[in-house]
Amino acid sequence: MTTTTLTPATVATKPGVLQRLAQLLRDMASRPSGAVGLFLVLLHLLVAILSPWLVPYDYKTISATLILAPPDAMHWFGTDQLGRDVFTRTLLGGREAILVTLVATPIAVTWGGLLGIYLGLVGGRIDNVVMRIVDAFLALPWILKMLLLIVTFGTGIEVLIPTLATFYGIPVIRIARAAAHNVVARDFVLASRARGHGKFTIISRELLPNVLDALMVEGAMRWSWMLLAFSSLSFLGFGVAPPNPDWGLMIADARTFLAIAPWAGLYPIVALSSLIIGINLTADALAKALGVDRAQKAPI
Amino acid sequence: MNHFPSTTLRTGATPGHSSAAESRPASSARDSALIDIHDLTIGFASRAGTMLPVLRNIDLQVRRGESVGLVGESGSGKSTLALAAMGYLKGGLKVMGGGARFAEHAMFDLSRPQLERVRGGKIALIPQNSGQSLTPTLRIGAQLREALALHSSLPPAAHPQRVIELLTQVRLPEPATIVTRYPHELSGGQQQRVAIAMALAGEPDALLLDEPTTGLDVTTQAHILELLRDLNRETGTAMVYVSHDLGAIARVCDRVVVLYAGEVVLQGSTRQVLLAPMHPYAKGLLASIPKLSDAQLPVALAGRPPAPGGAGSGCSFVDRCAIAQDICRSARPPLATLASGDVSRCYFPEQTAQITSRGANPTAVRASADEGPPVLVLDDICISYARPGLLDQLLGRRPNVPNTVDGVALRIGKGETIGLVGESGSGKSTILKAVAGLLAPVRGAIEFGQDEAMAQDVDHRTPDHLRRIQLVFQNPDDSLNPRHTVADILAQPLQLYFGLRGEELHQRSVALLERVRLGGHYMDRLPSQMSGGEKQRIAIARAFAAEPDVVLCDEVTSALDVSVQAAVLELLNDLKRDKGTTYLFVSHDLAVVRALSDRVAVLYQGRLCEVGPAADVYASPSHPYTEVLLGAVLEPVPDKAPVLLADDVVELAPPAMGCPFQRRCPKKVGDICDTQMPPWQTSEGGHAIRCHIPRSELAAPASTHVGVK
Amino acid sequence: MLRMVLQRLMLGLVTVALVSLIIFAGVELLPGDACTAVLQRDAHGQRLINCRKELGLDRPAYVRYATWAAGAVRGEFGASANSDTRISELVGDRVKNSLLLGICALAAGLPLAFLFGILAALKRDKALDLVVSGLAISAMTIPEFVSATMLILVFSGWLGWLPGIVLTSANAPVAKFFPEIILPVVVLSMVMTAHILRTVRSSMIEVLDSDYVRMATLKGVPYRSMILRHVLPNALLPAINVVALTVAWLLGGVVVIETVFNYPGLGRLMVSAISDRDLALVQAIALIVASVYVVVNLTADLLTLVANPRLRTAMARHA
Repeated sequence: MTTTTLTPATVATKPGVLQRLAQLLRDMASRPSGAVGLFLVLLHLLVAILSPWLVPYDYKTISATLILAPPDAMHWFGTDQLGRDVFTRTLLGGREAILVTLVATPIAVTWGGLLGIYLGLVGGRIDNVVMRIVDAFLALPWILKMLLLIVTFGTGIEVLIPTLATFYGIPVIRIARAAAHNVVARDFVLASRARGHGKFTIISRELLPNVLDALMVEGAMRWSWMLLAFSSLSFLGFGVAPPNPDWGLMIADARTFLAIAPWAGLYPIVALSSLIIGINLTADALAKALGVDRAQKAPI
Repeated sequence: MNHFPSTTLRTGATPGHSSAAESRPASSARDSALIDIHDLTIGFASRAGTMLPVLRNIDLQVRRGESVGLVGESGSGKSTLALAAMGYLKGGLKVMGGGARFAEHAMFDLSRPQLERVRGGKIALIPQNSGQSLTPTLRIGAQLREALALHSSLPPAAHPQRVIELLTQVRLPEPATIVTRYPHELSGGQQQRVAIAMALAGEPDALLLDEPTTGLDVTTQAHILELLRDLNRETGTAMVYVSHDLGAIARVCDRVVVLYAGEVVLQGSTRQVLLAPMHPYAKGLLASIPKLSDAQLPVALAGRPPAPGGAGSGCSFVDRCAIAQDICRSARPPLATLASGDVSRCYFPEQTAQITSRGANPTAVRASADEGPPVLVLDDICISYARPGLLDQLLGRRPNVPNTVDGVALRIGKGETIGLVGESGSGKSTILKAVAGLLAPVRGAIEFGQDEAMAQDVDHRTPDHLRRIQLVFQNPDDSLNPRHTVADILAQPLQLYFGLRGEELHQRSVALLERVRLGGHYMDRLPSQMSGGEKQRIAIARAFAAEPDVVLCDEVTSALDVSVQAAVLELLNDLKRDKGTTYLFVSHDLAVVRALSDRVAVLYQGRLCEVGPAADVYASPSHPYTEVLLGAVLEPVPDKAPVLLADDVVELAPPAMGCPFQRRCPKKVGDICDTQMPPWQTSEGGHAIRCHIPRSELAAPASTHVGVK
Repeated sequence: MLRMVLQRLMLGLVTVALVSLIIFAGVELLPGDACTAVLQRDAHGQRLINCRKELGLDRPAYVRYATWAAGAVRGEFGASANSDTRISELVGDRVKNSLLLGICALAAGLPLAFLFGILAALKRDKALDLVVSGLAISAMTIPEFVSATMLILVFSGWLGWLPGIVLTSANAPVAKFFPEIILPVVVLSMVMTAHILRTVRSSMIEVLDSDYVRMATLKGVPYRSMILRHVLPNALLPAINVVALTVAWLLGGVVVIETVFNYPGLGRLMVSAISDRDLALVQAIALIVASVYVVVNLTADLLTLVANPRLRTAMARHA
């Protein structure tokens, strides 16, 4: 009987979820772009959570005398066309956007991902039919779909979250399906089928762990598209209702006075842009850390 | 037919003559060398910043007209070396020392335009996977004309004609048609020939061949090797042939260089190296190759090669060497020229002969197949991949396409090992999938035991049936979920079939690991942390966890290194002996099948040609196709020429009626072969041949194209 | 090959039909209809019933769908609820304007995207690549209304070179839209160019790393020749699909830009139609937009089919 030389066991224990997460964050932060991205995202999250306690003024307070006042010691970011403190409104302006999108994104990725994986495994007629319907849905511009619902049901969070989650989950179906296709072709899935495992087991045990990486990166990107959509809606007047502060809304309001009072628009622009750039950098770093190939696609 | 400026008389050694050329003093050998690689060290920067060598102090000289084989397993650096001769380094690699010369050029010092002139011209590459190395958007003709435009001395008007000549030279039929095709429209063998033609276009003095026949069918491989051999002799082009396949090298090369862990460990004439290797690694490698002539299992080489930079200060082979002594561990042995003319990197080369390569290797266990009820019966099964189109669905009929597998009938006894051999398109993997229930036969049935009906589709089988038939796949990288630990992988069958949990589950898993000769400490490993051989053992452990009656092996050794193959075969044999498991063993490698099987079935285009005890099938009389297959096998034995019978034609589909081999059979009788399915002729020993030619006449050899010795 | 083309055409038609169903169903499911929109507070009782009868809204759904679909195919969408003008007239002008915007953006953006995508890939990780990729990422991540606002501020507000708002009316001839159209085109093409550039770049990189390009190098093919003959044809093929997708995005993204610049295009019409609950108009616009999307994708599919030898011959073997 031949002896097998047992390689010295560098005892590699499969890391637990928390350890994996910590390692992932470390990988991402090791690159300068990733570090910047993470920093921006975390900063925004912190501000969004803590801002009610950080702001010096009430966002609603209008002042007839201080209309479009330039930044000074009293108002660090100046005031807007109704005399409201821009600093306060900028800090608070991301709250609803972040809340809505941060809740809607996981929902979108979950339902879209699961359906996509299922279709990728099952194929056949169901796959054909569903994909045709998906294609048809994607043929309609996102804004049309969103506006129809908003105009009918209002702009409250209870409308926005399900709407965003539904419409932004549809492209995820495509991506999850494609990722599942890559995995389904591999022998270990065939092995599982040959053993007699049912579809549910195959999806949860074999497919999901392998598709998760792609879904995570996609999720980060989804969040960024959703934020864009949300701010665009607010900008057009179909999102957050005044006097609630929102970056999109603020930019829309400030548009007319931009030449004479740039601060009213510039700060929300910087805030919104920095968050979105931060998310994109994070998503890129995440993709590199996970080894996911990211083809740039159109938002929806 | 020869358009080379001068046909240099070959000064290299022919097999059979141990030339004195190798013992010439180093300097003059280098002076006259066409390719001169001197003290070359190539490495890459590790994450930590240190340079890890992939090749160390390589000295290699190739003279005009010589053909040299570079042998090594994965990680030996052989491909890197071949490409270095062209001055090419894969991304991330750097030259750490030494250099490579080709003719008068120092390849690593040339500028880009200079490199462009030399490459593809005087020195050309024939890549491993030609299918992927030919530009998909350009027609074959265009790519060949490009090569001519760059390197040929002929006027442009003469190029189209030259293209046809080149394609003819590489023995491609219908060159005028091939010229208009795109690469993906050609078969693997055809693509490889096109790559050879493209290399020849520049009238090269030297050819670098990077595993040119990997992935090709046995018969195709034999043809291409004969072509290369003839080219070497006719045109006097020097060749550097990189391969892990010593059989191929034995056929084509005069001289062999054995690489291990990035070093040259042995150099010598092919004859010498194959018959009396003067290095323990080479000896071990040869012993681990299964041979057609042997009825026994090959001997495995334990352990694995060191990673780049991990060789330590001593000999890189020391951890696996049977004759290692203290000095081997402390100081790296230098290359020493021996009396025979070989060059070996070993302190004790003469002791190599004493290494008993037989070891305690028992004869493979044979189980008697006749007694008792069969464990599996394939009852005239027919399998088809054709899906009915819309029209067919509406009219409720099956598409009129010959079945992929047709009329396969086998009774498999308990404890038997049945080998299924054939080339691509033979349907052997399809049959395995059908037995596993992943593919339902369109006719016929697969029965378990004697008259025990079994659902054909895996979704409808009882858990008991599912348990008793297990499948092991070819590619261990693919058959294990990269996210699961070994513990997870083994837990699946144990939980599913036996409901084991907790401590009991853990203990059973560890026991399984020990049974496949991996320890309990593998439980927490991920597939990415294991070698190919280890992963395949896990796959086998997973199959045996279910305590199956039948294990289906689908090319389980084909994706592994040669020395690792032997270990896996040994393991399978061990398990069979202990548990009395029945194997259905599929492989394209005839020698591997011979080593393990009791009975062998030969398939061509999804139809059985011959079935019988292994010894009988591998001897005469044989079905004409079996004869072709056996003749094409390349063994690492010097002076053995393959017998090429059929043309190298790829069949896309089986014929609608008659014998499946009708289009290529060298012994074809006449129209009866085209119209009628041949009858089975069975001897008393159970050796059945399906042919129209009577048994007695089959023993006579057909007229052959014998390879020149 | 012909069979493949026909198959794709069929698929396109099916998609358009499905879309029309979805639009119709979607609008049906929303509470309220044209009558409630027009009558508003008076929408109850006999007035409601009469109104519905007049507008044909009392017929069963499938009949209404069939009528609408049949009309749509002919280009007849009925009358707009609010302005009483025929929808086809209203929409016709807007389509022309939006098309103008889109085509200008494509004409400006596509060549830039391809040129810089290719260059960035060839000079991977060098200064040019970093700058170009950085700009592309910025263009993709910054919302269009933000870049529009900024550009207006700079070019109209501070420098005064270009008008920041479009005052030309919807039915004006094409030429009159210049120079007002310049800033909207710039904003629109920014996002589009960034997307296409990134895809072209990654496709180029993938091809540059491929086995056959390595083989061409080792065959001694000169650099320029290699890029032109071996790399570009293979790298640009996948870009066709992305161009199609991006064009499709344009149809949606154009709304925000039209609003910012007050451009009289289809997008702005759609927004006002939705706000006004002019459902017939909404349906019409949705159908038109979706059809354009399907046509664009179909074209991309067919182009890929023609350009990719692998698909061409595979299909020939099947047919």
